[in-house]
Amino acid sequence: MTLLAVERIKLFTTRSPWWCMLLALFLTIGLTAVIAANWNNAPMPVLGAVYTHTFGLYVIMVMAALAVTTEYRFGTIKATFLAVPDRVSPLIAKAVVVALLAGLVGEAVGFGSWAASWLLADDNSQLALTTANDWRHVAGVGLVYAAGAVLALGVGALVRQTAGAVSIVLVFALVLESVVGLIPNIGDDIQKWMPFTVASKFIFGDPDASGMPDGAGPPVVGELSPWGSFGYFAAISLAVFIISLVVVKKRDA
Amino acid sequence: MIEAIGLTKRYGNTVAVDNLSFTVAPGRVTGFLGPNGAGKSTTMRMILGLDRPSSGKVLIDGKPYGSLDRPLRTVGALLDAKWVHPNRSAKAHLQWLAKTNGLPSRRVDEVLDLVGLTKVAKRRAGGFSLGMSQRLGIAGALLGDPKVLLFDEPVNGLDPEGILWIRQFMQGLAAEGRTVLVSSHLLSEMALTATDLVVIGRGRLISQSSTTEFVERSTENTVRVRSPHADKLGALLVDKGFTVREDTDTSLTVSGATSDQIGDIAASAGVVLHELSPQRGSLEEAFMQLTGDSVEYHAAETGK
Repeated sequence: MTLLAVERIKLFTTRSPWWCMLLALFLTIGLTAVIAANWNNAPMPVLGAVYTHTFGLYVIMVMAALAVTTEYRFGTIKATFLAVPDRVSPLIAKAVVVALLAGLVGEAVGFGSWAASWLLADDNSQLALTTANDWRHVAGVGLVYAAGAVLALGVGALVRQTAGAVSIVLVFALVLESVVGLIPNIGDDIQKWMPFTVASKFIFGDPDASGMPDGAGPPVVGELSPWGSFGYFAAISLAVFIISLVVVKKRDA
Repeated sequence: MIEAIGLTKRYGNTVAVDNLSFTVAPGRVTGFLGPNGAGKSTTMRMILGLDRPSSGKVLIDGKPYGSLDRPLRTVGALLDAKWVHPNRSAKAHLQWLAKTNGLPSRRVDEVLDLVGLTKVAKRRAGGFSLGMSQRLGIAGALLGDPKVLLFDEPVNGLDPEGILWIRQFMQGLAAEGRTVLVSSHLLSEMALTATDLVVIGRGRLISQSSTTEFVERSTENTVRVRSPHADKLGALLVDKGFTVREDTDTSLTVSGATSDQIGDIAASAGVVLHELSPQRGSLEEAFMQLTGDSVEYHAAETGK
């Protein structure tokens, strides 16, 4: 428990987490507000309210990566390992704190975006959260953010440099996962299993028929059910984090 | 009490620390002396469990660092005063550190007071001068009121006032019965601060003794010799087991031999001597002499 308090102090006594959280909220809710205000001619679906959640996800992953890379940059990780030589427990505590925070921000993003849509859309008749699927589209954002934060933390602990960790996370999520689809024949099959693609299936997948916006195309493809997709994404995040624990334990600090 | 036994650290083919064994006793300041790159910092990181020894071990009061319970209460270390997040206040930095080992936040105020940083406790540590950072680092080391303290080059870059303060501070800590290990590459500084010396070069132990002993042993027995046949005489002296340093083509510095012995050897070989003078070298020279061939990166010699 004390280590959770330690990581909380560490996180909140610097400024970058605050900026990242504000930016995540502003980007997602702000953009959703613009979309909702311009959604004419048709009732706005629940999916439309959470389209922007991915922007916030990237920002939160940057925050999570920073939480560990700045410790390496400024040497406070060594001070931490001097205080707690087993190394694993402070990193787990960090993961818990960062994941909880990311989860809270995710819920704020999900429900904030939904509320903004409710207020600003011309026709909000389809926005009511009536089914389990509706709730998953909105509340699921918190879970994806939490898992994404653990993934980014693991990458950060592995590469130890802010620039490296942030580029890996962003290039993977924004570039690699789409480029992979361009590979002839097998591209689509690989893309279906890429972690961020699968994670978006959890948020966007299997909408109720009335939730589909007009002309939005087929729902996100994937082999797994929405909850299976989340399990897959969470498992990958956890695996990367556990690998980072093993490496950190073995490596000279 | 710190005990290193056969401590070795290899990075690929480079041996940074080579089969190093020494002990550091409580109640006195022990200087850990060696040229830059001798392996002092690596050794200190191994003592603190940050780096894993390739072989050998190091114990603190009989235990490896990693198995100490709440280690800040046993060992305090200042390896680098810059190990602070620049945007965190001095107080916040000490608070998280204290919390890791279950130390009361009252203790944070105490150590801030002890090092004289109470007034700037709320200021961001990134704006601190080197001297203030060093004080903050020492405050961190003292948080758990530890019996064993390690400082890596604590006076590097400090002004004379700061150096004096740290020197007296460390002596005060030792006088309270604590084990204090201070690394430095400056023998003159260590001669003023430390009672005992562990001297290393290229990762190997050169000597462990009291500072007075080290200074006496290493400053005596140097003889300056000038001779037109310096190379011939040098070879003869080396054959006899003395250490010879060639200063120029015609002059040597011989250690381990008295001027009488050198004169006799020169006479029996028919070597002409232009000068034969016993030297009482400075501390720095003595240090150079001992660690000379163990400096990792030599500056290119000039004037040859």
